[in-house]
Amino acid sequence: MTLQMTQPAPAATPRRLTPGDVAARTTSHNSLRETLSQTMSMAWRATKKMRRNPEQFFDVTIQPLLFTAMFAYLLGGGLSGSVEAYLPLVIPGILAQTALTACMATGVQLREDMEKGVFDRFKSLPMARIAPLAGPMIADLLRYAIASTLTFVTGIAMGYRPGGGVAGVAMAIVLTMIAGWSLAWVFTWVGTLARSAQSVQGISMMIMFPLTFMSNALVPVETLPGWLAAFVKVNPVSYIVTATRDLANDGQITGHVGWALVACAAVIAIFAPLSVRSYKRHL
Amino acid sequence: MKHIPAVHAEGLVKSFGDFRAVDGVDLHVDQGEIYGVLGPNGAGKTTMLKMLATLLPIDGGRAEIFGVDVRRDPHRTRQLLGVTGQYASVDENLTANENLWLFGRLQGVSSRTSRATAAQLLEQFGLQEAANKPISQFSGGMRRRLDLAASLITRPPLIFLDEPTTGLDPRTRGQMWDTIRELVAGGCTVLLTTQYLDEADQLADRIAVIDRGRKVAEGTPDELKASVGNSTLRLRLTDGADQAVAAEVVRRLLGEDPVLSPESGRMNVALATADRAADVLISLREAGIGITSVSVDAPTLDEVFLALTGHDTGDSSDPSAAADKRQLEVAR
Ligand SMILES: Nc1ncnc2c1ncn2[C@@H]1O[C@H](COP(=O)(O)OP(=O)(O)OP(=O)(O)O)[C@@H](O)[C@H]1O
Ligand SMILES: [Mg+2]
Repeated sequence: MTLQMTQPAPAATPRRLTPGDVAARTTSHNSLRETLSQTMSMAWRATKKMRRNPEQFFDVTIQPLLFTAMFAYLLGGGLSGSVEAYLPLVIPGILAQTALTACMATGVQLREDMEKGVFDRFKSLPMARIAPLAGPMIADLLRYAIASTLTFVTGIAMGYRPGGGVAGVAMAIVLTMIAGWSLAWVFTWVGTLARSAQSVQGISMMIMFPLTFMSNALVPVETLPGWLAAFVKVNPVSYIVTATRDLANDGQITGHVGWALVACAAVIAIFAPLSVRSYKRHL
Repeated sequence: MKHIPAVHAEGLVKSFGDFRAVDGVDLHVDQGEIYGVLGPNGAGKTTMLKMLATLLPIDGGRAEIFGVDVRRDPHRTRQLLGVTGQYASVDENLTANENLWLFGRLQGVSSRTSRATAAQLLEQFGLQEAANKPISQFSGGMRRRLDLAASLITRPPLIFLDEPTTGLDPRTRGQMWDTIRELVAGGCTVLLTTQYLDEADQLADRIAVIDRGRKVAEGTPDELKASVGNSTLRLRLTDGADQAVAAEVVRRLLGEDPVLSPESGRMNVALATADRAADVLISLREAGIGITSVSVDAPTLDEVFLALTGHDTGDSSDPSAAADKRQLEVAR
């Protein structure tokens, strides 16, 4: 092989950028509208991904069926005298538990996703740093909706008759979705922090188990020893479970619902900035 | 009118622990040029590009893209750049069309314009038949092209290409070169890295040679090759014992030492022009030295490296040897 000099043909005097052009072409930051639009685009991407990997729906379809039946038959007799009497207590609990499991997957999947080449491109784009995190979480609202609907359906099939009626159940589902979305920020943060998807899984388990089991999700607080009751009372999951019970069983928007929303807002206010910061540091 | 350079960097440094992957590199790329960064595995090419593209924090020195400070204003920097990394950075879960549309939308292009640009780019890159296939069914070459297309959706004025043709067959490689030339003809500036001397030679207006995080030479392809000799004469002597004599003959004729490998009786001679080969062969015959095989080749990257750094690409001994070598800093 011989080297030959074939220089590219000189271009027809291409236009050169001046500092003015650069300033005109660029903006100093993303506006709120741009950020929202980028987040929705990332949500669109996540729904495409879900549709092409339907196994992502296993946890939100199988678990509600399994857990509702399992806990109701296992604990119902002992705690409430009968399965039917236990259902109004446990269904809202399982609702919260399923939402938590579903948002744990959010963190694991984000971590797996971040290891893919396409994230290099996302990082190189002038995109708001919150969009790649919040986008998939918005798509995950669909998963929370499926999980909570299925939990109610299973419960009703087992004899649960929610006193709140259709409206109460609908509000309970909406609250579960809001709660799922808020708590997902905790796992998203873990996802941006941990070294591998596997360690995200491990850490998330350690967060999820105390949060769900050390709450009033499955048992009445009155049965617990003092130190445990103290934790259960500050656990945001307890607020959410109580609020869900008020909505589904009584159809009432009580102060508990307000407190549940405050707890959700607090979780977002803490973990969303932490997640964005840690995601930025990954660059 | 004074125009700003596309890239201007001074003393760029990146350390991973104690190890300096990029160790004080200056870089100046004018608008409208193709600038090649040439270096072996691990030289620090990707690390350097990533720093300039805001993908890695800059540990030392400073960099400007069209006058925008990369460290201070990463958001503005990103709006001026299209980055095609060394490894495919498209979404495996989406089709080619969906990928391009998404990258357009993420950069504020309207849905309709994004769709139109995607279709246009897929056609330009000969991917329209695969437009709706999942990426997992793409060949390496198709992926590479889609990757480049994805960097062009907002028509950025500066494009980074990290080893754009590594792993491509010769025909696809040629196509990629043509595409890069078209980009520049359209007014783009291109900063590319490569391990191949001939690629830098074919494409680049100017080349920087990077070794162990340092720039060891810079110049036009002609200037660089002139420093190594345009061709290499490779000889195998019939009798290995003749090597010393043969080396002396070459030294007298060309004023330079050949590169010897005593075990195999091989000898490589750098030539300013290929026709000097005849002179060398005649002189050797006059000296009565037998030759079993002869070839004249372009210098390989190894030879450029040997000439510029005093060590070959695989060897990682004494880095201080690199300091004492032919300098080819072109005054700007
Ligand atoms: N994240 C990292 N942590 C530690 N060391 C790193 C990291 N990234 C790169 N390095 C080291 O920095 C050096 C330069 O790497 P870089 O990827 O920039 O080389 P390169 O010139 O692009 O090589 P190649 O031709 O193989 O792509 C290598 O020795 C590499 O091992
Ligand atoms: Mg590299």
